[in-house]
Amino acid sequence: MSKTGSAMPEPTGPKQSAAPAVAPQSPPLWLLAELTYKCPLQCPYCSNPLDFADHGEELTTEQWIDVFRQARKMGAAQLGFSGGEPLVRRDLEQLIAEGRKLGYYTNLITSGIGLNADRIAAFREAGLDHIQISFQASDETVNNMLAGSDKAFQQKLKMAREVKAQGYPMVLNFVTHKHNIDRIDRIIELCVELEADFVELATCQYYGWAYENKESLLPTRAQLERAERITNEYRDKLAAAGNPIKLIFVTPDYYEERPKKCMNGWGEIFLTVTPDGTALPCHSARMLPIEFPNVKDSSLQHIWRDSFGFNHFRGDDWMQEPCRSCDEKELDLGGCRCQAYMLAGDMNAADPVCSKSPHHQTILDARAAAENSGEDSPITFRNERNSRVFARG
Amino acid sequence: MTKPTLAHTPCLNPMFRFQWEEAQNCHVLLYPEGMIKLNDSAGAILSEITGEQDCAAIIQALEARFPEAGELGPDVLEFLEVAHEQNWIRYA
Ligand SMILES: C[S@@+](CC[C@H](N)C(=O)[O-])C[C@H]1O[C@@H](n2cnc3c(N)ncnc32)[C@H](O)[C@@H]1O
Ligand code: SF4
Ligand code: SF4
Repeated sequence: MSKTGSAMPEPTGPKQSAAPAVAPQSPPLWLLAELTYKCPLQCPYCSNPLDFADHGEELTTEQWIDVFRQARKMGAAQLGFSGGEPLVRRDLEQLIAEGRKLGYYTNLITSGIGLNADRIAAFREAGLDHIQISFQASDETVNNMLAGSDKAFQQKLKMAREVKAQGYPMVLNFVTHKHNIDRIDRIIELCVELEADFVELATCQYYGWAYENKESLLPTRAQLERAERITNEYRDKLAAAGNPIKLIFVTPDYYEERPKKCMNGWGEIFLTVTPDGTALPCHSARMLPIEFPNVKDSSLQHIWRDSFGFNHFRGDDWMQEPCRSCDEKELDLGGCRCQAYMLAGDMNAADPVCSKSPHHQTILDARAAAENSGEDSPITFRNERNSRVFARG
Repeated sequence: MTKPTLAHTPCLNPMFRFQWEEAQNCHVLLYPEGMIKLNDSAGAILSEITGEQDCAAIIQALEARFPEAGELGPDVLEFLEVAHEQNWIRYA
């Protein structure tokens, strides 16, 4: 699960951590390997960068394995294979096997397109621990419209059944927005039927293509509140029936008054490596006017501990008002840097989701626009052709 | 059923992987995109859960490993009850 919010390991549990008095930089716990930006689908909510088509050459098998080795040595325990569509990489099985051998818990984050029973079995053999399949909607027509493929929905259903039949833990992910959120009941029922272990009802985060399509994706407050209420009703009902399925409802920050503590802190637990080897503290950070290091040029140790990019927003020295003197700054660390950059035009500003931000009006405007926009606002699909327009523009 | 008896045989829920994490300096349970850090006693108990030993054998093994700790039965059963509530373990 690569999106902010739900993507992170939850280091909770019985252990009272005995942190040393002066804590050295803690290691990354989560390595997200975005193996490729190639993808057979065209989701208009995709969080990938708009100009993905313009990015450099993909890392080789050996380069990826070296990255896995370095991150594992530093302490990373979770390895996610994502993209783009990770199944496009022919060496995926080998990468899984290496990751597993190194002791990672290995997660495949996929649209299900490119999967088949043999490949699922081969991945199991290679030691894959878990598969997450994303759907676009509970309804075949809407799903396929958003995915830009007539076959997507049936393929996903089939693969979800196969994943469970082969004994994997399975997460189903639905990015929710205006076009699918009113069927949240059907989404949950489909997940129950498919025997998901976890369901991510991932409120769309507005980065990349989603930001471009915000007008047509952002649901209204009433839609969201209804969805949350129905989710809670299902939680109670399912728990009462003894069903262990877990429904995770990712909070919709456009309807909050305080921002999220993005990525659980910049450069604290999360490390993304993009297809060309650029290392990022979050999968969307590349949009920021910061030079981020590349695993082809420096060791991960150096990147994580010493690089300018990873240190830039650690701690709170970088903050300006209203965050600097805010008594809540420990709670959210000023929110998402990308959102500040996109909406306030300044990556050092408070996340405009915060009602104390002088740019909070941008969020209020987006909410108002959601009330007024019809079902038929234009949609830009995520594909190479559209991406080239952004790359040049 | 929540409270195990000596004759119950617990096994790990296949959703979880139990292992030692050097960087955390503790045993952990890994699951889809998450990690639970375990304290020393939880780690010691879970390391005896093989799917083959029943609770009596687990307690015996732990008492042999930690002779200075005295009688462990009640603590172990109590932990297993919590572990079962957390869905970490199942009974065969
Ligand atoms: C970028 S995709 C790559 C993997 C694969 N192509 C897929 O879609 O499952 C990784 C995950 O992020 C989710 N995702 C994509 N765009 C998102 C957005 N704007 N907000 C929240 N989650 C998003 C996808 O549903 C998927 O679970
Ligand atoms: S377009 Fe859809 S399937 Fe492809 S990477 Fe983006 S979210 Fe995944
Ligand atoms: S002002 Fe800044 S630190 Fe305070 S709550 Fe808002 S975003 Fe967080």
